[in-house]
Amino acid sequence: MSTQPTVGKPVSRLEGKLKVTGAAKYAAEYDVPGLLHGYVVNSTITKGKIVRVDTGRAKAVNGVIEVITHQNRPKLAWFDLQYTDMDAPPGVVFKPLYDAEIKYNGQPVALVVATDFETARYAATLVSFEYEEEPFETCLDNNLEKARDAKKGFATILRPPPPKPTGDFEGAFKNAPVKVESEYWHGVEHHNPIELFATTTVYEGDGKLTIYDKTQGTINNQVFVANVFGLHFKDVRILAPFVGGAFGSGLRPQYQLFLCVMAALLLKRNVRVVLDRKQMFSFSHRPQSVQRTRFSTDENGKLTGLNHSAVSETSQFEDYTEQVVAWSHKLYPAPNTLFEYKLVPLDVHTPIDMRAPGGVTAMHAIECTMDQLAYKLNLDPLEFRLRNYAETDPSTQKPFTSKALRECYQKGAEKFGWQKRNPTPGSTIRRNKLVGYGMATGMWDAYQFPARMEAMITKEGKLVLNNAVTDIGTGTLTVMSQIAADELGLPLEDVTFNYGDSKKPFSMFQGGSSVTASTGVAIVVAAKTLKKKLFKKAAGIKNSPIAGASEEDVIFKDGNIYLRNDPTAYVSFKDIISLNNGRAIETTNMGAPDVLNLRKYSKAAHSATFVEVEVDKDLKIITVTRAVTAVAAGKIINPKTARSQILGSMVWGISKALHEETIMDEKLGKYINTNLGEYHIPVHADIHELDVIFADEKDTLINELGVKGVGEIGLVAVPAAIANAVYHATGTRITKLPIHFDELL
Amino acid sequence: MIGISLNVNQHQYHIQVSPWVSLLDALRDHLKLTGTKKGCDHGQCGACTVLCDDRRILSCLTLAVMKNGANITTIEGISGENELHPLQQSFIDHDAFQCGYCTPGQICSAVSLLKEGKAKTREEVKELMSGNLCRCGANMGIIDAIMEVKERGLYE
Amino acid sequence: MNNFDYIRASDIDDALASLNTHDNGSFIAGGTNLIDLWKYNLLHPDLLIDINHLPGHHAIEEIEEGGVRLSAFLTNADTAYHPLIEERYPLLSKAILAGASAQIRNMATNGGNLLQRTRCYYFYDPDAPCNKRNPGSGCSALNGYNRIHAILGASENCIAVFPSDMCVALAALDAVVNVTGINGERNIRFEDFHRLPGDTPELDNNLKRGEIITSIDLPAKGFAKNYSYLKLRDRHSYAFALVSVATGMELDGDIIKEARIALGGVAHRPWRLKEAESFLQGKRADEHSFAAAADMMLEGAKGFKYNSFKIELAKKAIVRNGLMALDPHSQLPGAQPSA
Repeated sequence: MSTQPTVGKPVSRLEGKLKVTGAAKYAAEYDVPGLLHGYVVNSTITKGKIVRVDTGRAKAVNGVIEVITHQNRPKLAWFDLQYTDMDAPPGVVFKPLYDAEIKYNGQPVALVVATDFETARYAATLVSFEYEEEPFETCLDNNLEKARDAKKGFATILRPPPPKPTGDFEGAFKNAPVKVESEYWHGVEHHNPIELFATTTVYEGDGKLTIYDKTQGTINNQVFVANVFGLHFKDVRILAPFVGGAFGSGLRPQYQLFLCVMAALLLKRNVRVVLDRKQMFSFSHRPQSVQRTRFSTDENGKLTGLNHSAVSETSQFEDYTEQVVAWSHKLYPAPNTLFEYKLVPLDVHTPIDMRAPGGVTAMHAIECTMDQLAYKLNLDPLEFRLRNYAETDPSTQKPFTSKALRECYQKGAEKFGWQKRNPTPGSTIRRNKLVGYGMATGMWDAYQFPARMEAMITKEGKLVLNNAVTDIGTGTLTVMSQIAADELGLPLEDVTFNYGDSKKPFSMFQGGSSVTASTGVAIVVAAKTLKKKLFKKAAGIKNSPIAGASEEDVIFKDGNIYLRNDPTAYVSFKDIISLNNGRAIETTNMGAPDVLNLRKYSKAAHSATFVEVEVDKDLKIITVTRAVTAVAAGKIINPKTARSQILGSMVWGISKALHEETIMDEKLGKYINTNLGEYHIPVHADIHELDVIFADEKDTLINELGVKGVGEIGLVAVPAAIANAVYHATGTRITKLPIHFDELL
Repeated sequence: MIGISLNVNQHQYHIQVSPWVSLLDALRDHLKLTGTKKGCDHGQCGACTVLCDDRRILSCLTLAVMKNGANITTIEGISGENELHPLQQSFIDHDAFQCGYCTPGQICSAVSLLKEGKAKTREEVKELMSGNLCRCGANMGIIDAIMEVKERGLYE
Repeated sequence: MNNFDYIRASDIDDALASLNTHDNGSFIAGGTNLIDLWKYNLLHPDLLIDINHLPGHHAIEEIEEGGVRLSAFLTNADTAYHPLIEERYPLLSKAILAGASAQIRNMATNGGNLLQRTRCYYFYDPDAPCNKRNPGSGCSALNGYNRIHAILGASENCIAVFPSDMCVALAALDAVVNVTGINGERNIRFEDFHRLPGDTPELDNNLKRGEIITSIDLPAKGFAKNYSYLKLRDRHSYAFALVSVATGMELDGDIIKEARIALGGVAHRPWRLKEAESFLQGKRADEHSFAAAADMMLEGAKGFKYNSFKIELAKKAIVRNGLMALDPHSQLPGAQPSA
């Protein structure tokens, strides 16, 4: 009996070897016979109509098979609803090549299909459009007076409108002895995974398609393709075994999938469409937001009023919303609260969730406001937060399923050396550098969605699991295999987790830090059933060594069922299957949140980030020299991959605070830095000492595994902590992100 | 079409390519060596890094015809048949990747970095690896992985 | 992304002669900017003449009067790491290593570095008005997002900046560019090589069509004792300069005998001001002197909506880099400000 539990162990990624040898295949890398290559043409105007199309020159190029525009596209589904997907906001979904109308700059207007990539790319430059341009609005700041409430719809379930006011905020704020009012702003960001969005569609004949796609939701895209093109669900198979990053951009079917499938069906050929980097800026982004906070406290630093309002952009056709303004009251108690959230529709594409959507936006405003209050109160920022620590969720009065934020504060502060902080801004100098310490709190929801798991013991006595979920780099394969191995008492190498395939049982898209809870719980449920079945078979064997035992009397280990009290008495999985005439023992089960019970609780992951920055005393160049993030997210299945999730999030936080932004030229109505040279994400030289701590947070209520997810919680606190550290270093409060160092000059 | 010969991973290929085919597209589309990645196609991300005559270059910014006769090493040729290059193992050990898409470029770049011998300190390694972006934010793991191989002298 | 013919030139004469066989032929060496621009559909060559394999053109050699000649065909990396350059022209070495990435420096050549185009967003967008790309169409940057643009020497027609780091050092070193053309050879002083935009922003430099840069001469004076290159940008590496400074000095004790200061990221060419350098002669090498020189260099600088900060930043950078040049070891990887 040698198999040791793997949960809680830093297991290296099971697909690691495939990734470091280049053997892992991504959506654009499947070699299929007679493959045609599609290249997308995008609109060069922001709003208006196509009045003339000339595809003649492109079609005349040797090797061009077809040029598809709105004029010659095949018949499509009529109803907007058929274009919808699990993550579609209220509104009317954008339909590529549907008609002559241009809704945003960079909208796809044609697909050139050719026998090779280079020919398609060249011919794409020869397709010409004549437009009738209309005036457009792409600037949030200029259109704030148009802010209105968001429409409600299916997707609103996960993104409820702002909570109702409590108490009398205006009265409380007016009379408060200590208060801060400020405005926060951040620009548009694009996900920019390094893998370009791509789809390879294999035309199987008989209306059947096998599609290698870059997505976070194989079934979401399967349903979309079937609905839009009038195919049977079972005839559409989406495969996404490797996804080169997505960060939210793959939550909805993107236009390369649509165009690729359209071309494959029209031409009855295998087709690949890969977007270029500029086109990666032509769909889906984190919306620009303007936020206003007004927080007040009494003389002792107890919060008395919280007012948070936010205005975000959306497209003219869908009302994308985020949960921005509700967070402060989930984090801090206050008797008087007022929250508002509005949208301004602009002539841009609909935003989409981008890592920690809403949360990282909100926490920047909330935690910088808290920092300002701490200075006003002459309190240590950490002490100020502890004075306003919420043991139960102040916004619902419900207890948390677990909340080890206090431990995050303590362990994070200790590891960081927070107590060495000199409270006076600009007081710590290290040769040419001003040194600043900053901290912030983070919070993220703990989602769990239903998922179905197929599990079977094969004739080799090994466990095979099937689920449609993706692994976008999060470590899902490894984590799921660990959970399954431990449930059945098998060594990791005896577990095969098949994923990234819409043919497998249901999983939601991979978003919101939900997968470990959702898919993981489904494994637990399926494993339990499987064990029951195995036990029943084993006990029923003639002269079974475990005959007469009850299920409680046995343990599952090393591919055997042992009597707990007599390890010499056992039946192996292999024997069970062989006595089952070689047929695998299998089960398919649904794992789902215990909604009834969870209704009594609030559930969230928490974090605390401590940051040190150096700001050059003359030139104001900012460096995040070190940072510690302490995370309370329930049980950590794999501390190695979980740590990487937090580290990656911290890099995202540095990027959001100091580097990345997509710049809209409001006169041209388009983004202008649509490349990785001018859209700055951190390089290795920007990243210094980062540290991660996981608080010991046991949660027996949240789900069978006690997990909360770690994909986003590591990001939410970081930008605010950096902005607070920059203030501490310099005495200058910058409320815009990213912080341009020159604003400190 | 121009006939060229490329020695890729010590295997001689003779292919016909149009002059405008990048070395990257030749590797991926013609030789089916898809380990070399396309992330920006403009020399801004480093995912397409390969070794050309033992030096790291960006295969997206050069034409296949310009490399006629050159020796190219891609991620598929970094290690021997059945073993991993120390850097590959170190990347796994340090969890120096998440989605894995920038990884081949990071590793090829690091192989060259160690051979060049110009980076002495961790800060210098970071600077000389800064042409390889990682959007998952595995930067620390990547530098840790390289430093371990460098400090233990596990490379030729 | 048009199609084109390709040939490998056997020697310079072959290369020059080939140019006339097509309407829009172009030489290609490293190709790091040319291929980039072609893929953005901004350049449309019908012939690429590969000049990477010309015989006898890949050296760095000492020339008369104590100078050094850099082959134009040598890569940036081979130049930066060459013992002669590291030892005698460390300012050039540092500047080269502050630019691009290790991979690009392994590809890009010295000649090509001089010829790279601006990184103005609008120049790179084939659908945006841009006088440099499409003369007469207007300058989108003038009233657009101009954070990365010029504060010195710009015109109403173009406020783009020249993005090279290497050239900032070459300007400071008073390099000479040697070119060969159908009409023979000529030498161009570095300060005469790149142009200001004026009314013809489409012209970046004074190289004529049908000329090839063959080498770059560095005069004997390399300022190897007191030099520094400082580059300020929106991330710590692999980004173009908002402001960069190359400083070389010859000192007598703490008195400046000779000073060279060139700015990058602020104009359509590397920016020097001889008056400021003369002013420094005989002055103490201190913050005060550098600040006075900086004020002179930035006199007449004009900021736009998003880049006015560059004026103050450039002044402070000149001062800091002057101090760093007193202690060249204070320079950090990536030409970052001294700790």
